[in-house]
Formats: sequence, structure tokens, C-alpha cells
Amino acid sequence: MPDSVDPMNPPEPLGQLQKPVVAVPSLAQVGREPKTGVSAAILRKIRTSYPRSSRIPDAVFGVIILLSAISVFAIVLLVVWELMDKSRMSLHQFGIGFFYGHDWDPVAGSFGAVPFIYGTLVSSFLALLLAVPASIGVAVFVTEMCPQRLRAIISFLVELLAAIPSVIYGLWGIFVLAPLLREYLEPFLARTLGWTGFFTGPMYGLGMLAAGIILAIMVVPVIASITREVMTAVPQNQREAVLALGATRWEMIRMGVLRNARIGIVGGVILGLGRALGETMAVTMVIGNRPEVARSLFAPGYTMASVIANEFTEATGDLYLSALVEIGLALFLVTLIVNALARLLVWSITGGTARVRA
Amino acid sequence: MQGKNSYGTYIWLNLRRNYVIRSLRLLLCIAVLASCAFAETNLNGAGATFPNPIYSKWFNEYHNLHSDIQINYQSVGSGAGIRQVQAGTVDFGASDGPMTDEQLKESKVKVLHVPTVLGSVVPAYNIPGVSGEVKFTPDVLAGIFLGKITKWNDKAITSVNPGVNFPDQNITVVHRSDGSGTTYIFTDYLSKVSQDWQGTVGKSTSVKWPVGLGGKGNEGVAGSIRQLPGSIGYIELIYALQNKIPYGVVQNSSKNFIKASLESTTAAAVGVKMPADFRVSITNPPGKNAYPIASFTWLLIPTSPADANKGKVLKEFLFWMLDKGQTMTEALSYAPLPKEVVEMEKAAITKQVKP
Repeated sequence: MPDSVDPMNPPEPLGQLQKPVVAVPSLAQVGREPKTGVSAAILRKIRTSYPRSSRIPDAVFGVIILLSAISVFAIVLLVVWELMDKSRMSLHQFGIGFFYGHDWDPVAGSFGAVPFIYGTLVSSFLALLLAVPASIGVAVFVTEMCPQRLRAIISFLVELLAAIPSVIYGLWGIFVLAPLLREYLEPFLARTLGWTGFFTGPMYGLGMLAAGIILAIMVVPVIASITREVMTAVPQNQREAVLALGATRWEMIRMGVLRNARIGIVGGVILGLGRALGETMAVTMVIGNRPEVARSLFAPGYTMASVIANEFTEATGDLYLSALVEIGLALFLVTLIVNALARLLVWSITGGTARVRA
Repeated sequence: MQGKNSYGTYIWLNLRRNYVIRSLRLLLCIAVLASCAFAETNLNGAGATFPNPIYSKWFNEYHNLHSDIQINYQSVGSGAGIRQVQAGTVDFGASDGPMTDEQLKESKVKVLHVPTVLGSVVPAYNIPGVSGEVKFTPDVLAGIFLGKITKWNDKAITSVNPGVNFPDQNITVVHRSDGSGTTYIFTDYLSKVSQDWQGTVGKSTSVKWPVGLGGKGNEGVAGSIRQLPGSIGYIELIYALQNKIPYGVVQNSSKNFIKASLESTTAAAVGVKMPADFRVSITNPPGKNAYPIASFTWLLIPTSPADANKGKVLKEFLFWMLDKGQTMTEALSYAPLPKEVVEMEKAAITKQVKP
């Protein structure tokens, strides 16, 4: 049997690059029967000794796989339906105004989602702004320049970052990061970049900036490990080819490695963004929890996930609960839109030829 | 194909498996017999997080006394506790704030509020250069949390604290970000002492704070206060006592400055006129030695439970809680109920709760 092409998952450019390597039989393979021949023989034997027995298992297998595929759609639809159903009261009361209302007053029963949407988006993009260069740097170092012995240690440490519970990040944020920000970084930023308007006002340490930094630390392992995997998958002969043309090391990494890996890297960034948008505990501990749209990154903010986690358990009154569920709906929509935009971005980079893996 | 050794292992495993199955069967038999012998009564409750430590202690002690009774409590928050008892999905609920008239009307089951212990809320602060106890009048507290008093050396503060040298520093307000009974008690107090607060903010488990930062939980607020020079926030007395956080004294309605303690918290409930359904706010009470920012926390007991046996067990537990249970409160830093309230509750439970 020749290399079968899965119609659901056509080979990526990476795979095409690898093909020539596969086509040349290695020394070990010479003189042996090709693997496909062996499996074909086994298959023939099974077919002859147990006639037609494979049809039923095949059918069952097909149905199970189909059901798993359908379940994804079903779950998404159920989530949307449930969110719409439980927020019906708030949807009815505020209509579309909920999505541009600024007020959040549980006592007066007046609710709007803008400060939370703003906080979620700003903290997540701030996190990506800090995390993407750092993660790519880590991945480049590990795959291209790192001594073999150090490589395992660094990879292990990066993955360890992903295993730390978010409440620990939150506590670390309150007790270590916030004082550092308040004493050193924020005064420095206010002096040097205060004129931009992003770094003004009272310095609490806690606030949007702290949330962005904590989130950045939390998404670095996600982006770095995916970037590393993708970069490792770039065939060695690509590197050699670029070097043979007289490129420096940096040019080799830029043209030979990063260029080939860019789709996978964007996929990793999207995964990281997903984590940043939904992160609750660590953010709520450092962001200052004030439903307000402020230009300064020193000011406290609030995110959608945080307000749900904070207020859901003690929410009394049906309208209040309904409004909190509608915040959940807003979070769902924002995630959907951001992901769609990210996919469009990938599409425009690659000219529509490739797909994102993640 | 299996080698000799692995075949031996196979037999051994098989023997071992027989042994395991046999002993499992034996265990099952014992378990069935045991469950026949001691028919357990399981009660399920849900609600407030603030009294969770003392409730766990009570339920545990009660189980030690009556091994056939198991009371499970989920501290999911007052709001969730009220919702679950309204829907009848739990045998009892618990809340830091009394249910509103509307909530009682919506409820499928009739509910009796049973006060269990008292808690109070204290102002904690971090003022550079000030180490002693700071005195707060109701006006000062309301002014600070409304954002009208913005400096520590404001005249309103210095005039009630003669001899204390306040710095010329901005006040940073820290409040709870999570919905909480603590916030309810504090805003309930501010609503009573300040017209301005009542009009612009009001009382609830979460409110629209005019100024300040939100910290998650008592630990979030206390942590922020410790970190931020010039900050003030409010935390539960229990949390302050257990973590040795200094806090200020507050002027009560008799113009006395009272330091929060278990005694002054219990004193807050003494002079209050108790309504028949126990739904009473005791913030800013009349008592001379009463600490003004205090509150009951309630168990929400269905008056005609669906399962008569469970109702009987719960009723017996309530009486035990009001006698023996009250003596265990102080070890966990909860303020016990005053005697007259205990008597009133016993009478009400006997009269109202079936069977």
C-alpha cells in the first residue's frame, strides 16, 4: 500500500519538505520486506480465516468516531443554549445595551458588560505582547543554540511553569510581584513613558499591568513548548541548505526555521490567548477588581471570568444572576470572535494554503 | 508465547486474584450487614462560608455522639444556600444575610431563620508611622469609603484621634471583590449611619464601590492592606484575631468607642428587639457596650420537611446546637448567642418546626 493520504488532514508544507528524506531507503531497510507488505499479508490472512468478520467492528468503530465528532458540536450548542436560556431575564431587560453599558450596580439592578470585556481583552493582549517574544526566544534557544545537557533542564523548567496552579501565581502576584511593581517598575514607567497616558495615576502595584504580567508568565509555557515542537519538526536539511547559501546563524534561524514554523507558532499563540482569556483565579487576585475602563495600565480593572467567579456564589436576586450568566455569554462570544480573527490572520499570512494545527 | 517464568507468574496472579475476589466478597457482606444494622440518616445542607468552621465542628461532634447521623454541609455561599433551600434540594440552608420578603414569597418551602452564632467586621489599616489603635466615628468610616475623606490627616480623622500623628498621605480603600456576607454586614452598617451611603450605594453582598481596590476574600483584603501604605479595608473579626491583624475601634450609637471582641459582639445582640421570625439586622445597635458592626448568621430550616424522620433529627440537632453547641463557639473565635435569644429560638423551633 502506498502512503495513504488522509482526506481530513492533508499534509502540511512541513510534511512535503520531509518527503524526500522518507523516500530514500535507509541502510537498515535495505534487503527487508517493506512494512506495508507485511501488514498487507497479515490483513489477507485475517480476511481468509475469518471471512467478513471485520465488517461489524468497522461499522461500530465508524459510528463511535462519528458520535465523538458530533458530540463536539452538541456540546457547543448546548453551552450556547444554556447560556441564552439562563440569561433570558437579563437579555430581555437590557437588550443589546448590556454589551455597551458601563454600569455594574447590583444594588440598583443595573448591569453592563463593557468594563469586563475591556479588562479581559486588554489583560490578554498585554500578556501576549510580553509572552510571545519571550516564548519564541526560549524556543529558539532550546532548539538552535542550547548545549545538549542544558536543553532537557530548560524544557523541563518551562513545562513546570505550566503545572503550577493558578492560585499560586495569584498569591505570588500579591506578595512578590505587586510590591516590585509598586516600588520599582511603576515609578520607572511613570517617569519615562508617563506622557503616553498608559502609565499614570496612583501606583497600587495591583492592577491591569500586574494582571498582564502574571498572565504572560502563565502563557509562556504554552507558546514556548508548541513553538519548540514545531521548530524541532523543521527538517535538518532546511537549516543546512540555508547555511550552505552563506547565511549567518541568525539568518538561518529566521529564514530556515522560523519561516517554516510560523504557522505552528501562530497556532501556539492562539492556544496561549485562549488560556489568557479564560484565566480566572490568578487574574482576580492581582487585577484590583474594579469595573472601570481606564486608559492607564496602573489602574485596577476587572475581567469577565473574574466577575463570574467573584459574584456568582453570593448573587441574590434573579436579575443579578441572569446578568452574570450573560457575562458568561459575552465571554463565549468574545472568545469566538478573537479566535475567528486569529484564524483569519493565519489565513492571510499563508495566503490560504495552510491550516492551523491547534 | 509465554515463557516458564511468566506462566508461573500467571498462576500466581490468578491465585492472588481469587484471593482478592474472595476478600472483596467478604467485605461486601460486612458492608451490607453493617448498613442494615445502622441505618444512617444523612442530612444535607448548603450555604454561607463564614460559619463553615464552626458548622463543621458541630456536625462532626454531633456525629461522634450519634454515629447513625451524618450531616453534610457544603459552604457554597449564602446566595447559593438560599437558592437551594428555596428549591428544596437540600434539607437545610445557611445564610449570612436574612432572606428578603420577596425571596420568602418565591420559596417553595416555608423557612424558619435560626440564628446560630454572631460575627463582626472590623476596619483594618496600614498607616505609616501610626502603630496604636485608631478611633473611627461612623461619619469618618462613611466618608472614607465614599471617597469624601481622601487624606489620613483630614480634620475629621485627627479631631477624634488627639495625640496621634497622622501622615499627609492618600487613603487607599480596599474592599472585598467577591460577593460576601462580610460586605453585606459592612454596607448594612454604613447604610444605617450615613444617609449619603444609603442613597448612593446601598447594601448588598456586592455593591458599586465609589472608590478603591477589590481583594478576593479576607486574605486578599488583608494582604493588600499589608502591602499598601495608607490603605484601609474591612475584614471579619475572626480573621483578624486568628492572624493577629491590628484593627481600629468604632464608635457605637451610645457614643462609646468599642473595640471588637467576642463579648462586645455578643453584646450587640442583647438589647435588640427581636422579631418573631428572627430576621433582624443588629448593626448599629442600642447597647452601651455593643460593637456596632455585627450580625447574626442563620440556618434556614424548612418548617414542614418532606421527610419526617429527617425533620425530627434536624430538630434534635438544633436543640443540641443551642445548648452544648454554643459552648464550643469561642474556641473557634465565634461569638455565642445571648441567653435570651437562645430561649426565644427554642420556643420558636418547638412551635413552628414540624414534626
